Amino acid sequence: MKNKDALKISLLAILFGVLLGVVILLLTGRDPFYLFYGLVRGASGLDLIKGGSINPRYIGEFIVASMPIILTGLSVAFAYRTGLFNIGAEGQLMVGACASIATAVLFPQIPVVHMLVSVLAGILAGAAWGFLPGILKSKFNLHEVVICIMMNYIGMYLANYVYVQLPGSDTSRTALIPESASLSNSFFESLTNHSRLNLGIFFVILAVLAYWFIIEKTSFGYGLRATGFNKEGARYAGMKVERNIVYSMMIAGAMAGLAGAIISLGTFNYGRVLSSFENYGFDGIAVALTGACNAIGVVLAGLLFGLLKVAQPILQSVGIPKEIGEIISAAIVLFVAMQYGIRIILNKLSKLRHKKDAKEPKGEKSV
Amino acid sequence: MNKFAKLSLVAMMAATTLAGCGSKDDGDSKKKDCPVKIGFVTDTGGIDDHSFNEGSWKGIEKFAKDNNISTDCIKYLQSKGDADYEPNLNQLSEDGYDLVVAAGYKFNDAMANVSKANPDTKFLVIDTVIDSENVQSATFKAEESSYLAGVAAAMQAKAEGGNAVGFIGGEDVDLIRAFQAGFEQGVKSVDKNIKIYVDYAGGYDKTEKGTSLAEKHYSAGAKVIYHAAGGTGNGVFAAAKDRAKKGEKVWVIGVDSDQFSTGIYDKKENKSVTLTSALKRVDAVTEAVSKSVLDNKFKAGLQTYDSSNDGVGLPDENPNLSDDIKKAVEDASAKIKSGEIKVSAERTIAPGSNG
Amino acid sequence: MTYAVELLNITKDFPGIRANDNVTVRLKQGSIHALLGENGAGKSTLMSILFGLYQPTSGTIKVNGKEVKINDPNDATQLGIGMVHQHFKLVECFTVTENIILGMEPTKFGMVDIKSAAKKIEEFSKMYGLNVDPYAKISDITVGMQQRVEILKMLYRNANILIFDEPTAVLTPQEIEDLMEIMQKLIKEGKSILLITHKLNEIKQVADECSVLRRGKYIGTVNVAETSTQQMAEMMVGREVNFKVEKGPHAPGEVVLETRHLNVKNSKGVLGLKDFNLSVRAGEIVGIAGIDGNGQEELVHALSGLTSVESGEILLKGENITHTSIRDRFDKGMGHIPEDRHKHGLILDFHLKENFIIHEYDRKPYCKNMIMQQDVMDAYADKLIEEFDVRSGEGKDSLTRSMSGGNQQKAIIAREIERSPDLLLVVQPTRGLDVGAIEYIHKRIIAERDAGKAVLLVSFELDEVLDLSDRIVVLFDGHKNGEMLAKDTDDKELGLYMSGSKKGSEDE
Repeated sequence: MKNKDALKISLLAILFGVLLGVVILLLTGRDPFYLFYGLVRGASGLDLIKGGSINPRYIGEFIVASMPIILTGLSVAFAYRTGLFNIGAEGQLMVGACASIATAVLFPQIPVVHMLVSVLAGILAGAAWGFLPGILKSKFNLHEVVICIMMNYIGMYLANYVYVQLPGSDTSRTALIPESASLSNSFFESLTNHSRLNLGIFFVILAVLAYWFIIEKTSFGYGLRATGFNKEGARYAGMKVERNIVYSMMIAGAMAGLAGAIISLGTFNYGRVLSSFENYGFDGIAVALTGACNAIGVVLAGLLFGLLKVAQPILQSVGIPKEIGEIISAAIVLFVAMQYGIRIILNKLSKLRHKKDAKEPKGEKSV
Repeated sequence: MNKFAKLSLVAMMAATTLAGCGSKDDGDSKKKDCPVKIGFVTDTGGIDDHSFNEGSWKGIEKFAKDNNISTDCIKYLQSKGDADYEPNLNQLSEDGYDLVVAAGYKFNDAMANVSKANPDTKFLVIDTVIDSENVQSATFKAEESSYLAGVAAAMQAKAEGGNAVGFIGGEDVDLIRAFQAGFEQGVKSVDKNIKIYVDYAGGYDKTEKGTSLAEKHYSAGAKVIYHAAGGTGNGVFAAAKDRAKKGEKVWVIGVDSDQFSTGIYDKKENKSVTLTSALKRVDAVTEAVSKSVLDNKFKAGLQTYDSSNDGVGLPDENPNLSDDIKKAVEDASAKIKSGEIKVSAERTIAPGSNG
Repeated sequence: MTYAVELLNITKDFPGIRANDNVTVRLKQGSIHALLGENGAGKSTLMSILFGLYQPTSGTIKVNGKEVKINDPNDATQLGIGMVHQHFKLVECFTVTENIILGMEPTKFGMVDIKSAAKKIEEFSKMYGLNVDPYAKISDITVGMQQRVEILKMLYRNANILIFDEPTAVLTPQEIEDLMEIMQKLIKEGKSILLITHKLNEIKQVADECSVLRRGKYIGTVNVAETSTQQMAEMMVGREVNFKVEKGPHAPGEVVLETRHLNVKNSKGVLGLKDFNLSVRAGEIVGIAGIDGNGQEELVHALSGLTSVESGEILLKGENITHTSIRDRFDKGMGHIPEDRHKHGLILDFHLKENFIIHEYDRKPYCKNMIMQQDVMDAYADKLIEEFDVRSGEGKDSLTRSMSGGNQQKAIIAREIERSPDLLLVVQPTRGLDVGAIEYIHKRIIAERDAGKAVLLVSFELDEVLDLSDRIVVLFDGHKNGEMLAKDTDDKELGLYMSGSKKGSEDE
């Protein structure tokens, strides 16, 4: 039904995106095989030209690249289910990363606890960064998009300021965090031939499950969905719409904050002073859109965009400019946004199929 | 749904394998002919950043050309974000590149991890130090090029009828203090009585601060300002260009790469406020290290590049330097090379003061 | 006999549905031809084809005997076809003249020549007795006047074939009378009219012929003078219908709802409901009569808690609920069938079963420890669907959006009535529904009254108010303008109160 349609649209959009990439490659006189080569190698390390076996490091890095954008995708999707557009995942991610690092640097080094507290700090900071636009939206009806954009900048500069103040920091980064706070895991690293795969993956799985469970199974999720589908209807029914908006933004922020925690505690193990956004938040919008805001969809879309990310250097190394990878990503988002056009194509397809079947009028319109 | 899925699959396969059979093994056969393979990873600035990335790659290209090595044997990967550094370095290592190069302190951790994981690959990292068996860490004696900058600045100031120059640094840290130290000594070698205004902006991206500090120096009578402040320097250039357009004779000395084009304020006449630039010759470094790999003479560990091996210096072309100054600079350069002049990295003037 | 318009064997397919199936309608020159059918019967589709908005899948269109192809509304205008839409397409802040000439402004030296246009409009206005001031602003004139502006718009564009889409839905009884007269005048001047409606008495009053559609199929064309409304209704519905609402005598009990000096601001920030006093007793239906926009929305929103009250009190079973939350009111025994079932009544993207528990979703038994109890939800949905005969493609798992309007309304009624509220707030319960659904919903509302519940009915359909109510309160300009027993009044008298031409007592 509706979900199936969304799935078809996403798949077609991906197909069109890849096709567009192929066309561009052909037009610029490049061999489209290399696109396929790059994607396969990015996902598995399998080198189709030289042969050889699968290199688990590639798989590890592929997952590492996908984890934060799955989370920012969940963040955007969660807010979207409540009718909000969370363009602030970027800032939530940055303050999350910052809070995690600050906690990791300052908190006593108790095994396991240190790591959990640091991750939790990131989640809470992200939630706080979501709370502000949420409360401003619900109390003063300020548009969350405008506030979120501001909050992104405030988040970035605040994080930069805090990093530099931490003991052991220089102007561009903090000191390495103690091992007891790190998500890096030697077992995962040895399993994947020294990739940066880390314990963050457990948190990502938990977040995906939490997303699905909250939205689909709880009364809280029911209220959020009602608010998202029809705010006035939810209000009429007696739901606390304003409260739902605030909670929804907080949970969205928490997801993005977790992404920040995983990047800083797992991928880098130190905090980075950034001069510009890294676009995890915007990737999250693309992921949420492509994944039709449903848990499995977001995971798959996140993996796809992660794959395109890790495939880019490989494509470069076989002479395909990184811009082509970016064009494909952008085209997929564009095609998803062009749902209407794709629906027409789907309708045409289903018509062709219907012609075979006997015509049966639909009786839905009757009372 | 079934039909749809099948259709998609077929189309996807057709698309990706289309016309794909012809040239698959080309890459392989070419690479077999490489006497040496050199790979380079840019930071987020990109290959055409007019700075470290561009310079490093130029050196590698020159090496390939001079030694008749095919361009298929050298390759660069651009990084989209910090998170790409490690996978990019890894990829080049695993693809069998003999030397993998990266420039900038940002690569510190990624280079440390990757070099450990790929003990058979040689690495060159510029401007940061990594202690590893297979990594050469290239650093520069910035005080030496700064000395030459000081000589040029002092002479130009006197030629303009002034008696003061300025120094604007980024962060007040040892690395940048060495620039100040060399500059001081160069200036004082020309005339002990020239005033040097010294200020630090507190960062490398504080354009506004750069402008206000430069305004302060110029207003106090400085004719030339030497900046060692990255993006903050753009603010210094802005202040100088502003004055130059009004007909004032003020100058800036650039840093790291040739900043002549940054100082252009009159495009038609190609007039620039850039007197000269104190260079870190990253191209010389990448070229030399590439050569050393080819000749099997690669040296791991800390390598300092200075005047003696052309690692630092002024640009070959200096349209704004008078012949007198050029000659004085060349003399000083020769003396540093020969060891007659020893440049210290210890500064004597406190920031905010002048001496 | 010459025909102004002939729609011959028109078939129109949409993906998955045949909206018009071999329909033939012939409009005689200089006559009024009614197009009758329930909602979803295909009337609007047929008219959209004539107006060039859709292309027929098969069939031909003739205008004045010549076969034509109408690609877009511009073609239709060229052919002299004009349409008065159900929802007017007027720019509120423009004057009558500006609205009429919009898109074909006459110019003089490159400037818009308002004066000559206004003069022309005034002439038309006199000729057809429309009585419209060409310089009045649209926002300042009544809905009836606005409709006349739409008519003038067609005349100004030299339309000879006029389509009226449900023209009386928004008018007072007096305005309806006037419109009928205007139509007669138009015919006399040689125009031909296609009248789309589901109101049989209007057809009886003005139309010469009537074509009936049912579920996209063409049922037949009859001569109105020779056919009874009963017969036409049966053609429309496909079975015998009972118009008369059966209702026993009423036996009012305790006061359930009371408002005291209620003042409520509207969305523009001015008082929309002024000093309003009302009481509704158990076992009676109180109808609020009035033209849309005279304070009904403010009253309903204040009672349900959607808007806050400026001053005054609302008492439910003696308890002051003026400032309590929406949810609290539901809990205290209010039920609310809202006017706009899409905006308020339902979450259209929810499954039907989810919509049934919208007030209680986070409580036992539907929810335990924050977790929705699917089985309880399913069972409850099955029960309501069975009991209230709510039909849909996939039962309780249907997407609410995919259901027909009648069944959506039934779902709301099922939800609200099943909770057995002491006070049922019913607003426009049958808007846009067909005869069958209306019959059912009216029966249900009366059953609630007979079960001793208090019902407050707000409707813009005067017939509905008269048929269902025991007592009627008229709202005019935010005031109570008259209160009477339903059996003591008729639509003529109510119409006078509704338009403010007769002053009623503010209070008993």
